[in-house]
This record gives sequence, structure tokens and C-alpha cells, in this order.
Amino acid sequence: MIKIEHLYKEFQHAEVLKDISVEFQEKKTNMIIGQSGSGKTVLLKCIIGLLDIDQGRILYDDIVFNQLNFKKKKEIRKNIGMVFQGGALFDSETVEQNVKFPLDMFTNMTEDEKHRRVNECLERVNIHNVNSLYPAEISGGMQKRVAIARAIALNPKYLFFDEPISGLDPKTAIRIDRLIGELTKDIETTTIINTHDMNSVMEIGDKVIFLYNGEKWWEGSREEILHSDNPELNDFVFATNLAKTVRDLRKSGHT
Amino acid sequence: MTKPFRELFSHIGRYMILMGRVFAPPEKKRMYYRQTIKEIEFLGINSMGIVAIISVFIGAVITIQTAYNTESPLYPSYLLGLAVRDILLLEFSSTIVALILSGKIGSNIASELGTMRVTEQIDALEIMGVNSASYLIMPKIVAAVFFLPFLTIMSIFIGLFGGWLGGVATGVVSSHDYIYGIQYAFIPYYVTYTLIKAAIFGFIITSVSSYRGYYAYGGALQVGKNSTRAVVESSIIVLIFNYVLTQLLLT
Ligand SMILES: Nc1ncnc2c1ncn2[C@@H]1O[C@H](COP(=O)(O)OP(=O)(O)O)[C@@H](O)[C@H]1O
Ligand SMILES: [Mg+2]
Repeated sequence: MIKIEHLYKEFQHAEVLKDISVEFQEKKTNMIIGQSGSGKTVLLKCIIGLLDIDQGRILYDDIVFNQLNFKKKKEIRKNIGMVFQGGALFDSETVEQNVKFPLDMFTNMTEDEKHRRVNECLERVNIHNVNSLYPAEISGGMQKRVAIARAIALNPKYLFFDEPISGLDPKTAIRIDRLIGELTKDIETTTIINTHDMNSVMEIGDKVIFLYNGEKWWEGSREEILHSDNPELNDFVFATNLAKTVRDLRKSGHT
Repeated sequence: MTKPFRELFSHIGRYMILMGRVFAPPEKKRMYYRQTIKEIEFLGINSMGIVAIISVFIGAVITIQTAYNTESPLYPSYLLGLAVRDILLLEFSSTIVALILSGKIGSNIASELGTMRVTEQIDALEIMGVNSASYLIMPKIVAAVFFLPFLTIMSIFIGLFGGWLGGVATGVVSSHDYIYGIQYAFIPYYVTYTLIKAAIFGFIITSVSSYRGYYAYGGALQVGKNSTRAVVESSIIVLIFNYVLTQLLLT
């Protein structure tokens, strides 16, 4: 279980996150939504400890994560898989080496065992026959999949995604969204996803948290989001003309 | 007036903190070993060609220049060999190798690390429990500290050969005199001196450009700017230290 209590974070006196408290749903997909610059990435990096927070607490199963030292944090990080915005695959390593990396760092498996585990993970994300290619030699969608394979290599309890579908075409994007939804069910991970894409939310979001100017402005389920009367949230959700039209049709009873 | 100084000291402070993290004891030694071998190949072996080419020409030019500037029957011509040897040994080889490498590997390191920073590869390492500063930077420093002295020695030998070639081809010195000269009044300490300098230059180039790359931010444009700065700064620091080390080690 991951819980945040009264989290504050500032950079050079600019408050980026203000008094954020959230309890994420276990073994579900939790989505953090908000406009660019609203603080989603900073929040995610605070939760996994890549950024230090100024005030508040981050709890993993009642352990106060933000007060642990590097070694104890590492113990918790064994259970965390993270997929960064661009994938963040290591350029100078092959696909196989990339997925193997966490196994090298955290386990004492033999080379054979690692090789088998790498292939299991790659198969799980539908990637075949690219083990010896470098990230630059495969497509953006495949890079994302490989990054996901790397994130699940250690069978994590928690999965984090920062804008997993940004830069992908709509079809590939939906496939990646569905893959994330399936993985969450199959591996039973608590999944936390940053996105500004409403399609993803409607596709796989169990719980939704809306950030606005660094504050938690709204939270609820994907159904509730459509009927909320929070003006900022509505602005965000119904940003496109298509979405507005659908809403207005619904309101006037056409559906 | 005070602002540039404040900035300078804040850079020095952050550089020191980074070096502290770089030299923390490694956890998975095997992976560091693998990285170091990679870096020696990348930083060292790949620089041998350019160092060789430049050294041949520098040796030849020093011989010819020195010959024209000391044209006098009072100087025996074997002194030409001696002059070339000492110039290469004391100053040229270590400094030239360091400046070549500042340009070649300094920009390389800064853009590699800078790209890793802005594409979040460094974050990815950290989240997997790796001390990224140490994992990425230590192998580069170790490789350069070992390899720069080697390249410098190579440059001296090739420079001496270039001197012979240039001298004999233009007829300013006979082959016999030149070879006699380069062995005449040889001071072994000069070799130690040049090796120490080369090792220190290796440390400066790799650590300064790593600092620039590791703390990059923004996008591709910033990464490019930072790698240019890495080259300029490591060259200048090499020249300053060259001056300081000459004072310290030779007087
Ligand atoms: N390292 C940093 N230093 C200073 N400001 C930062 C840093 N990282 C992010 N910010 C600022 O924090 C705010 C939130 O950024 P971010 O979390 O990346 O937004 P999002 O991911 O929602 O698009 C932005 O205004 C950004 O400029
Ligand atoms: Mg972001």
C-alpha cells in the first residue's frame, strides 16, 4: 500500500507540490492526471525517492519511505518497477542487457536463469527476436515495451509509469494502455500512472487523481469524473470539441 | 564582482560532492570492472591514432624550428636531439595529449552523460539501486588516469621519431647526431614528472567533463552547450595545472 501525507516540494522557492495527501488503491491502476507543468512527474519522482521532499510523509506499508537511508530505500526499490517518459533504456546496452540489468543488480541468479527471465519478460510484453539490438534500432512503441519488460523483471509489487503513451500513435498508445491494464491484473501490482491523456483514463483508470497547479484538486473514479461539476477538472476533461459535444449531447438526453 | 566568485565556489563545492559520490565503495564490483574495460577501449585505444598523427608532426616541427632558431657553429648539432627530447618530455607531449583528449573525450563524456541525464537514464539507474555517479564516472576516471600516461609515452616516442624524420629529411641534423643527442644527458626524473602530470590531466579532463554532463538539465540544446563548456573548462584547467605542477615538481 502506498500513501502520501501532506507532501510539499519546492524548487528554488517555487512551490511545485502543495499539501498533497493520497492513498493509492492496492492492486489497481491509479492515474494522476493534469496539464503539463502541474507537477505529475515531480510527484512521481518524490514517491519513488528520486527527489527529496520538503515536508510530509511517504508510506509503503506503514514504512516511512522518505526517512530511510539509501540502503533501506534500496530494499523497498526492489519492489518498484518504473517506466520513464522516454523509456530511459540504456543507449549503450542491448535490449537483452537492458532487461537483465535489474537482475544483475538485485539478484544472484546464474547467467542462464537471467537469460530465461529476460525472455519471459520480453514475451510478456510481446517482444520477440530483438534481444541483441540496441534501443536506437527499434521503434518507439517497442522501446516502451522493452522498458516495461525491464520494469517487471523483478516481479515488482508497485509499477510506476510517467506518461507511458506520450509520443506514440493512437493505435500503439491503446495497445500500451491495455498492456499496462493487463499487467496490473496479472502480476497484481499497485500501478501508478501519470498521464494527460483522457483516453488512457477511460481505458484503464480505476482511481483518478487530478493535479492542478501542484495541488490535489479532485479525486474519484473514472465514472465520477464525467459527472463532476469541478470547473477546472471539466476544463481538463472536456478540452477537445469532440469531448464537449459528447457531453452536451448526453446532458440533453440524446444518449 | 562577488557573483562570479560565488558561482565559482558553488561549482567547486558541487564538484567535490560529486567526487565524494564517485569514489564511494562500489557494491557490485564485477559490473564496475566491465565498465572500466569498456572505457579504456573507448577513451584510450580510440585516441591512439590521432595522438600518433599529431605527435609525428609536432616532433618534426620542433626539430626544424629549433634548428632554424639556433643556427650557430657554436652549437653542436646533436643538441638538436636533446632539445627535441626535453621539449617533448617536459611539456609538449603531456600537454598536447591532454588538450587533444579534452576535445575528443571531454565533449564525448559530457554529451554522453548529459544525454543520459535528460533522457532519465540516470534516474533509471538510481531507481535500480545503483550509485549512478560512481557507476558512470569512476570507470572513466580510472581509465583516463591509467591511459593518459601511456598515451603520453607513446606520443614522446612518436614525436622523437617525427623529429628524426623531419631533421634528416631537411638535412638540419644527421641521423647519427640526432640519435646521439636524444640519449645525451638524460634525466630519468623527467619521465616520472611527465607521467605524474599525464595522470593528473587524465583525472581533470574526465572529472570536469563528467561534472558538466552529470548535472546537465533541459534538452538537447543544453546538452550541446554543456559539452562545449566541458571542453573549454577542462582545457583551461589543464593549462593552469600544467603551470602549477611545473612549479611544484621541477623547482
Ligand atoms: N529540477 C527542477 N528544478 C526546478 N523546477 C522544476 C524541476 N523539475 C520540475 N520543475 C518544475 O516543476 C513544475 C512541475 O513539473 P512536472 O512535474 O515536470 O510537470 P508535469 O510532469 O505535470 O508536466 C514545472 O513548473 C517545472 O518547471
Ligand atoms: Mg511530466
